[in-house]
Amino acid sequence: MGMTEERGEKAEEGLERILGNSILLTKLDAIIDWGRKYSFFLYPFVTACCGMEFMSLAGPRYDLDRFGSALPRFSPRQADLLMVVGTISHKQAPILVKIYNQMTEPKWVFSFGVCTTSGGFYDNYATVLGIDTLIPVDVYVPGCPPRPEMVIDGLLLLQKKVMREKWSDWPRGPAPVTKK
Amino acid sequence: MIADLIEAVAKILFIFGVNMGFFAPVLGWVERKQSAVMQDRVGANRADIFGFTLIGLLHPVADTIKLLTKEDFIPAGANKLFHTLAPFITLTPALIAFSVIPFGGQYEIYGHTINLVIADLDVGILFIFAFASLSIYGVVLGGWSSNNNWSFLGAMRASAQMLSYEVAMGLAIIGVIMVYGSLRLTDIGAMQENFFKWGIFLQPIGFILFIACATAENKRIPFDIPEAETEIVAGYFTEYSSMKFIMFWMAEFLEMITIAGIITTLFLGAWHIPFISSKMLLSLFSFAGANGATILVMLTNIATFFTKIIFMIWFQMTIRWTLPRFRYDQMMKLGWKILLPLSLINIFITGLVLLL
Repeated sequence: MGMTEERGEKAEEGLERILGNSILLTKLDAIIDWGRKYSFFLYPFVTACCGMEFMSLAGPRYDLDRFGSALPRFSPRQADLLMVVGTISHKQAPILVKIYNQMTEPKWVFSFGVCTTSGGFYDNYATVLGIDTLIPVDVYVPGCPPRPEMVIDGLLLLQKKVMREKWSDWPRGPAPVTKK
Repeated sequence: MIADLIEAVAKILFIFGVNMGFFAPVLGWVERKQSAVMQDRVGANRADIFGFTLIGLLHPVADTIKLLTKEDFIPAGANKLFHTLAPFITLTPALIAFSVIPFGGQYEIYGHTINLVIADLDVGILFIFAFASLSIYGVVLGGWSSNNNWSFLGAMRASAQMLSYEVAMGLAIIGVIMVYGSLRLTDIGAMQENFFKWGIFLQPIGFILFIACATAENKRIPFDIPEAETEIVAGYFTEYSSMKFIMFWMAEFLEMITIAGIITTLFLGAWHIPFISSKMLLSLFSFAGANGATILVMLTNIATFFTKIIFMIWFQMTIRWTLPRFRYDQMMKLGWKILLPLSLINIFITGLVLLL
């Protein structure tokens, strides 16, 4: 992590800050963002019943592969998009944060379902009230479970968001840690 | 002398271009589309440049751009040198092995003999086996140097599997060598001009054994135990990210092309079209003059060869998306208790038939 942090700081102070949106860098950014938005390798972090909906989403009827994001990599090093699917309990929280930290930059987080978004109806001591208390989240898709159309809409929104990103946006701050 | 040099460089560029420039990226797309077709899906089709999607052919481009700009990760406690070296050691043998496979016969054009193979070695098959064995080193080094339990397990499995199946693969080929009496792949290819002298008719058991062993050697489903996602995360390349990770996949695709090439050369009549001999082709193209006809025959043969390769790649992809994965002990049993005895029996029967 040390190396990437240094690189990020340098990028913010460096060429891009001075030149702003000059043609060369903007076009390069656009090309890289174009590549990134059509090539999400998913890490399915499936803990609960939303997983069924995720399977139908990846299956033939809704076919996530159309958007170029159907290759699940179960090694976090190779994944780009952390799909948090299902309720995250406090016992599970350190694992989620560890997985997030193990993923290589650039990485995005997709909050799938109402439990990951806000804890949902599990308003109790055992459940994390939204995974954004642990790690940065890019897209929230509530619903119990969300319809596949909603998730696809969320994915398209994430693609739009990725198109606006700049080279200097990465990495996004220091790595999150869990409190004991 | 200069003509020879130009010829050699042209052949190397052609094979390198076809393998690395065409097959390696396009096969990623083919694999996605094939799985999509077999699972009644549409498959990747959204990546566009100015609205042109080209039936999803731009997705490999997007993947490459993303992987090139992704963080290149070396785990703490890993051996940096070997961790970086391993993907290259895996990729290089896969590229080199194709150099002894002939993609056409010998042609005489304007008094210059063209032999359509990069290196016409008289130990062609042995050369391929030597380099197939070398790719084990890349896998084992990658798994060991990652300093990760899953990688290490994957590397152990890979080494055990590849060593076991190499024995049966080598013995499955011996029947073919006995029938054609040569280790030189150009000779074996030239001897299959008659349709009924194709290796698949003379050595049907050898053909099946070789396909099984070659799939295991390439670590593809149903033999993808070294990278079994449900068991050991991603196997020996668990700790690899960005381009190094995809280099392992490119090696897999290149090995697939090489396997298709070996099968085509040994069993499927190399560059010959069934029931059409070179003489018939020459007389068919006689309108173009002596040299022109030879050139046209050469192009036809190259096209035939690559059509057969594409067919064999399609066949391997179909296997990949049809079968489930073997359990580890089942795979070892299959290798040592079924394929190895079968290949020995095959050699025995072949020898008996040749003797009588």
